[in-house]
Amino acid sequence: MNKITVIINEKKFEVDPHKTILEVCRENEVEILTMCHLKGIVDIGACRLCLVEIEGMNKLIPACTTKVAANMVIRTDTEKLKKYQRITTELFYAERNHVCAVCVSNGKCELQNLGYKVGVDNIRYPHLFPQCEVDTSHPWYVMDHNRCIMCTRCVRVCNEVEGAHNWDVMNRGHQVRIISDFNTPWGESTTCTSCGKCLHACPTGAIWPKAIVQGQLEKNPVMITELIERRKMKL
Amino acid sequence: MIRHELQALTGKVREKQQQYKHRICVCCGASCISSGSEEVLNKLNEEIKARGLEETVEVIPTGCMGPCNQGPLVKYLPENTIYQKVDCENLQRVVQSQLIDKKPLEDLLLFADSREKPFVDAAEDPFFKRQQKIALKDCGDINPDSIEDYLAVGGYQALDKAIFLMSPEEVISEVKQSRIRGRGGAGYPTGLKWETVYKYVSDQKYVICNGDEGDPGAFMDRSVLEGNPHRVLESMAIAGYAIGASKGYAYIRGEYPLAIKRFEQAIKQAGKLGLLGKNILGSNFSFDVEVRIGAGAFVCGEETALIASIEGKRGTPKPRPPFPAESGLWGKPTLINNVETFAAIAPIILNGGEWYSETGTAKSAGTKVFALAGKINYSGLIEVPMGTSLREIVFDIGGGIQHGAEFKAAQTGGPSGGCIPAEHLDVKMDYESLMSLGSIMGSGGLIVMDKSSDMVDVARYFMEFCMDESCGKCIPCRVGTKMMHDLIQKIGERKATRIDLDRLEELAVYVKETSLCGLGASAPNPLLSTLRHFREEYESKIQQEG
Repeated sequence: MNKITVIINEKKFEVDPHKTILEVCRENEVEILTMCHLKGIVDIGACRLCLVEIEGMNKLIPACTTKVAANMVIRTDTEKLKKYQRITTELFYAERNHVCAVCVSNGKCELQNLGYKVGVDNIRYPHLFPQCEVDTSHPWYVMDHNRCIMCTRCVRVCNEVEGAHNWDVMNRGHQVRIISDFNTPWGESTTCTSCGKCLHACPTGAIWPKAIVQGQLEKNPVMITELIERRKMKL
Repeated sequence: MIRHELQALTGKVREKQQQYKHRICVCCGASCISSGSEEVLNKLNEEIKARGLEETVEVIPTGCMGPCNQGPLVKYLPENTIYQKVDCENLQRVVQSQLIDKKPLEDLLLFADSREKPFVDAAEDPFFKRQQKIALKDCGDINPDSIEDYLAVGGYQALDKAIFLMSPEEVISEVKQSRIRGRGGAGYPTGLKWETVYKYVSDQKYVICNGDEGDPGAFMDRSVLEGNPHRVLESMAIAGYAIGASKGYAYIRGEYPLAIKRFEQAIKQAGKLGLLGKNILGSNFSFDVEVRIGAGAFVCGEETALIASIEGKRGTPKPRPPFPAESGLWGKPTLINNVETFAAIAPIILNGGEWYSETGTAKSAGTKVFALAGKINYSGLIEVPMGTSLREIVFDIGGGIQHGAEFKAAQTGGPSGGCIPAEHLDVKMDYESLMSLGSIMGSGGLIVMDKSSDMVDVARYFMEFCMDESCGKCIPCRVGTKMMHDLIQKIGERKATRIDLDRLEELAVYVKETSLCGLGASAPNPLLSTLRHFREEYESKIQQEG
């Protein structure tokens, strides 16, 4: 296949033209932060952490949904991008009620790791402290909306991989919530197959199995990616 | 109906209309209806019958005539005399004076209560004299419920011309030559958009008409759809012919029941006459239009969210590229234009692109419809050449500020736009000039504010709107608008410090640059522009220490 040349952070790379900027960067060990991306499922460009600067474009471009083009000059590490990544991370923390000390995913949380990575040592914005439900109606799993960051990885995994479409989104703006079926308790869902994929797709401690204590949650999002790839190979 | 039958029918309709000596138009746009124009219409019909004038006088309901806050409006043709605030009581006097005594009734003439000498011929009035109607032409003169009325003013002649006398390339070239730019707000060159969609090869393409007008204070699209639905329909068919689409969708917001009703009726009427559907006018071109009703989400005016909504999905935007021109409705190449853009297409095809481009400025050709609202004397709907100054619009056409108060600012572009302060009253209303002042053309809402308006509160109001209307998909818009709203509110309550103001400004730029779609990217505009032009109002409200 014909390769094209792109320049990322002043370094030249020969890459496959069908790939996204994110794929190319990850393959070449250029760091791009993401939250809503999960390899294998459809990208939506919602978390805005993967924004990059491209020469000749007057807007910041999401790396996950944009394909590389010949001679594209990409920057992933400018001061502006770093500043925006930090604001985004702080807004994630301020939006819901994230209390790491009592969270099942403490120590293994993608949001926590993101905070370390961008150097969040305090949140400069007032916490919104919304009233959030904890849905424990499912016999095995818990959905804790306090810890949800609306990445919708659970929604997409359930729809695209499991084919159940138990999860979806309701409301608008900062009042959006992940819902099960038409906003019924998870335990009463008629579509959920209890497969547990959403649990592994979730980057935080929002979805977790019951009978797990603080910091004991083991998530394996790579498993989902591998599952998708194995299915593709079978086809 | 085939081609020559259209010409025959048009001739017949015109002949029939010539039997009447007078035509009385009763404005039945949503705003006149709300002030009682439907009762006036019924009463007027009774009155004409009672006086035995029905052979010579035709009474019709029409779309918006313009000076909305003077309604209900009644227009007498061919004299072009408009009467304002007509009700069932004073109606008899108007009929007696105008039709029997053959002289105008001075005290009810349009603007009789505010002008020293009201005009008998409304076209002489400064409100109309400075306007130039292309998109709104015929709106207010014809019955939107009647396809015959539209045919009589040359309706569907542009479609006929396009299908039989022009190739799709020629149609596109004509639109390009007109230099018309998208009237939905962003101002992308329409011809270029058509050409892009035309070039994609696909078994199926779509035309979408965006009628999800949601800016507070804007009612241009509603008035066009209510007043002249066939014009939009005809133009959609022309677009379909040009880009090679056989299916169109009109996405109209659910809050416009009358526009939906009239447009759906127009589709039925056109279908019956063979002006829509299979083999239009006997040609090989087939085109169908369906209405989709918006469910009240502002974000569905954003094209990718609108497309998702038509597909039956949650109305949330998608990152572009790919643009709808490449992959739009159900993944097919899709042309999406605003109602007002379509309203200008039929005249462009009929009169040529060059004719259209002669109006307006070098970079913004043609005319623009504005909805005047707020503290202005004559609020309503106007259409002016691009490049008309704000001063002309507010003072010459709009009659100045209510109660003689001092002009403070005008908000253009609604919650995505910005304010223009008094020192820039002479700004030319075109895409570039407004942009350079930190505002945007937007869809054409123009809200006028006087000295009593608190600009911090104006910014808070528009931010609240964006916060409520954010779809919640991307974090800068979802949480950023909420944070900015709370900070502006804090400033308004005089509880904020300088740190809060700095943080607010940083957030505004962040949300503008990082949001996924236009809603988020433009949400900080009212804030940024009030900060730019009225910074002292913010400064005076923040606490000095801290």
